[in-house]
Amino acid sequence: MEAATRTAPPGAPPRQRTTDRAKAERKLAWTLCAPAVIAMLVVTGYPIGYAVYLSLQKFDLRFPDDKEFVGLSNYVDVLTSSTWWSDVLTTLIITVCSVSIELVLGMAIALVMHRAIFGRGPVRAAILIPYGIVTVVSAFAWKYAFDPTSGFVAGLPLISDTAQPLNTKAGSLLVIILAEVWKTTPFMALLLLAGLSLVPDELHEAAKVDGASTRQRFFRITLPLMRPAILVALLFRTLDAFRIFDNIYIIQPGGALGTESVSILGYNVLINRVNLGLGSAISILIFICVILIAVFFVKALGTSTAQQRGEV
Amino acid sequence: MHRRHLLAPFALAAALVFGACAGVGGDEGSGGSRAINWYVFNEPGGSYDQAVKECNEEAGGRYTINYIKLPTDANQQRELIVRRLAAEDKDIDLVGMDVIWTAELAEAGWILPWEGQQRDVATEGKLEGPLKTVEYQGKVWGIPFTSNTQLLWYRKDQVDAPGEDFTWDEMIDDAVSKGKDVEVQARQYEGLTVWINSLIAGAGGEIVNQEGDVEVNDTAKRAAEIEVKLAKSPAAPPGMSTNAEDQARQGFESGRSVYEVNYPFVYPSAAAVGEDFQKNMGWARYPRSDKGKPSRPPLGGINIGVSAYSETPDLAFEAAECLANEDHQAIAAELGGLPPTTEAVYDDPKVKKAYPFADLLRESIEAAAPRPVTPAYSDISLAIQKTYSPPDGIDPNGIVGKLRDRIEKAAEGKIF
Repeated sequence: MEAATRTAPPGAPPRQRTTDRAKAERKLAWTLCAPAVIAMLVVTGYPIGYAVYLSLQKFDLRFPDDKEFVGLSNYVDVLTSSTWWSDVLTTLIITVCSVSIELVLGMAIALVMHRAIFGRGPVRAAILIPYGIVTVVSAFAWKYAFDPTSGFVAGLPLISDTAQPLNTKAGSLLVIILAEVWKTTPFMALLLLAGLSLVPDELHEAAKVDGASTRQRFFRITLPLMRPAILVALLFRTLDAFRIFDNIYIIQPGGALGTESVSILGYNVLINRVNLGLGSAISILIFICVILIAVFFVKALGTSTAQQRGEV
Repeated sequence: MHRRHLLAPFALAAALVFGACAGVGGDEGSGGSRAINWYVFNEPGGSYDQAVKECNEEAGGRYTINYIKLPTDANQQRELIVRRLAAEDKDIDLVGMDVIWTAELAEAGWILPWEGQQRDVATEGKLEGPLKTVEYQGKVWGIPFTSNTQLLWYRKDQVDAPGEDFTWDEMIDDAVSKGKDVEVQARQYEGLTVWINSLIAGAGGEIVNQEGDVEVNDTAKRAAEIEVKLAKSPAAPPGMSTNAEDQARQGFESGRSVYEVNYPFVYPSAAAVGEDFQKNMGWARYPRSDKGKPSRPPLGGINIGVSAYSETPDLAFEAAECLANEDHQAIAAELGGLPPTTEAVYDDPKVKKAYPFADLLRESIEAAAPRPVTPAYSDISLAIQKTYSPPDGIDPNGIVGKLRDRIEKAAEGKIF
C-alpha cells in the first residue's frame, strides 16, 4: 500500500525542498509510528531474522551436536529437489483456481449484497456465515461429505466406487479448492462490496440516460472504477491461498496423494522431521514467494491508482 | 463517507490478522517432587488407569503417577513428545514410546538407558520381537509394555481356511473369484509403512540393515507388485488409497470383504456387529509375500522410557517397572486389547479368554518384522509412504531406485 501512495504520478513536478514545518511534521510522524514499528520488529522482524539464521545452519533437533553453519546449501537442496517444484506447482494450481472462482462468485455476491433492497442485514449476515466458521471445521465438513465410505457424495449416482474424488489426486485437489472457495468467497465479496460502494450512482444514471445497457455499464463503469478494490481483494486472497495449509491438512492428511502444498512441505520438514535448518529454508522461500506476489500486485495496484489520479 | 468505505477492507483485514494471532495457550505443569508424569496415548479400555491406580497404591506415597494422555493420532503423539523433549521439558518423566521411536529418542539423548539390574527387569522373559524394539546400539532404552501385530482375518462362511503357506497373490485371486474385497491399510500414513515393511520383509528383504545402512533391493519391487496387484484388481476396496485401520474394519464388517489384515481390536469389535458375524470370523497368520518364505507380520506396541530430563529418574524407573509388570500387561490385554510382551502372560487365563487366538498372536509377534531401527525413522517412513502412494499409481519397475534415493536423502536430512 505504501508503495502505491509513494509512487509519484507520471509527469508530476519534482519534489520541492522540505521546509522546516515539513521536517517537524515528518518527525512527529515517526514518533507516532515508532511504537507500531517497534512492535512489528519484535513480533515479525525477530522471528524472520531467526528463521533466516536457522536456514543457514545444518540443524536437526534430534542431532543437536551436528549443528553447523552450511551457508546456502539448504536452499540449494530445496531448490534442486523435484519435490519443492512439484509442490509449488500444486500450490499454484490451488491458488489460481480458487482465487479466480472466488473472484467471479464474490463479485456476483457483492452485487447481490449491494443491490439488496430489503433484508440487507440478514442477507449480508447469511453470506458471511461460511467465513465465520473455523477453517478446520469447514474442512472436516467437506472431508466427511466426500468420504469414500460414509460421505453422502459417495452415494450420488454419477460417482462410482472407482471414481471417488478423495481417492485421486485431481479429485482431492478439486475438493480442497471447493472447500477453500466455499470458505473464503465471503471475504472476497466483502472486499468487493466495499469497492462497489465507491462507484458513484451519478455515473450509472448518466450512462443510463445515454442509453448504455446494463452489461455495458458493468464492464465500462463498475469494473474500471472498482479496479483498485479488485486488486486489493486479489492480493489478499492470493497471499492467503498460496500459504494454504489447514484445508489440505484435514482433507488429505500430510498432503497425501500429491496434494502437498509448500506450507505442508514446510510443516512436514519442520515439525515432523524436526529439521530446523531445512525447514526454515523452506519457510524463507515461501516468504520470498509471498513477497514476490505482493510486489507484483502492489505494482499493478500502484500504476492503476496513479493512472486514475492522472485521468481524474 | 467514501473514505470510510475505502478503509473498510483494510480495517477488516487488520482485525482478521490480529484475531488469528490471539490465543496462545499456556503450559500446564503439575508440580510436586514425587509426581511421575507418564505421557502415553489414551487407552480407552481403562487398563492404563487401573495400572496407574495399582502402582500408586503399591508405592505407598513415595510417588504418584499422573497419566497424561497424548493425542490419538500417532504422528501428533510423536510431534508433541519430540518437541517437548527437545525443549528439555522437566514435566515429562515417563514416555509411552511407540516401538518406532526408540532409536530417535535414544540418539538425541532424550531418554535414559536401562542398565544393570534395571536392564534385567526390563528384558526378563520378554518375547524376541518386542525386545528388539527397545534395543539400540547395544543398549536397552525402555521396558516393553504392550505389543501388537496383525493377523489375517477371513470369513469362514465364504472362503476356505488359509493354509500355512497362504500368499498375498492367492488371497487376492481368491477374493476376486468370489467377487469380494481384501481390506488393507494403504492410506499415505504410518500404516502404509507398516504394510510395505512387512511385504518387503516377507520377501526376505529389509529397508535398513542391522548396521543402520540403507539396504533396498528387489524385495521392494516385490512389495510394490503385491500392492499394485491388489489396487488394480476388482478386490480393491473402495477408498483403498485413503483407508486406515478403522476404515478396513468397517469395510470388513460391512460384508464387502472376505479377507482383512488388521490388528486384533477388530475381533471384539466384530461382536458388536452380531454374534453370528464374530463366529464366522476366522484368523490365520499374516499372508506370505513369496510362497517359499515365511511371512513377517507387522510389529507395534508401546515401550516405556524414562526421560533424561526427569528430576527423579530413580522413581521413574521404578514406576515404569511397576506399570509394565505382568499383571498390568494382562489387564491391558483384557481391557485394552493390547497383546502382552512377556511370554508367560500369554498363558494367563484372562489373556486366554480375551484372545481365543493367543497362541497365534504370540507366534506372530515372535516372527514379526520390526520397522527400521534408525534415528531418522520418521524421515524414512515419510519417504516410504510417499514412494508407495497412491497404490494404483506406482510403477513397480522403477520403485527400487526411487525408494533407495528417497531413503538415502531422508537419512541425510535432505528433502525428498
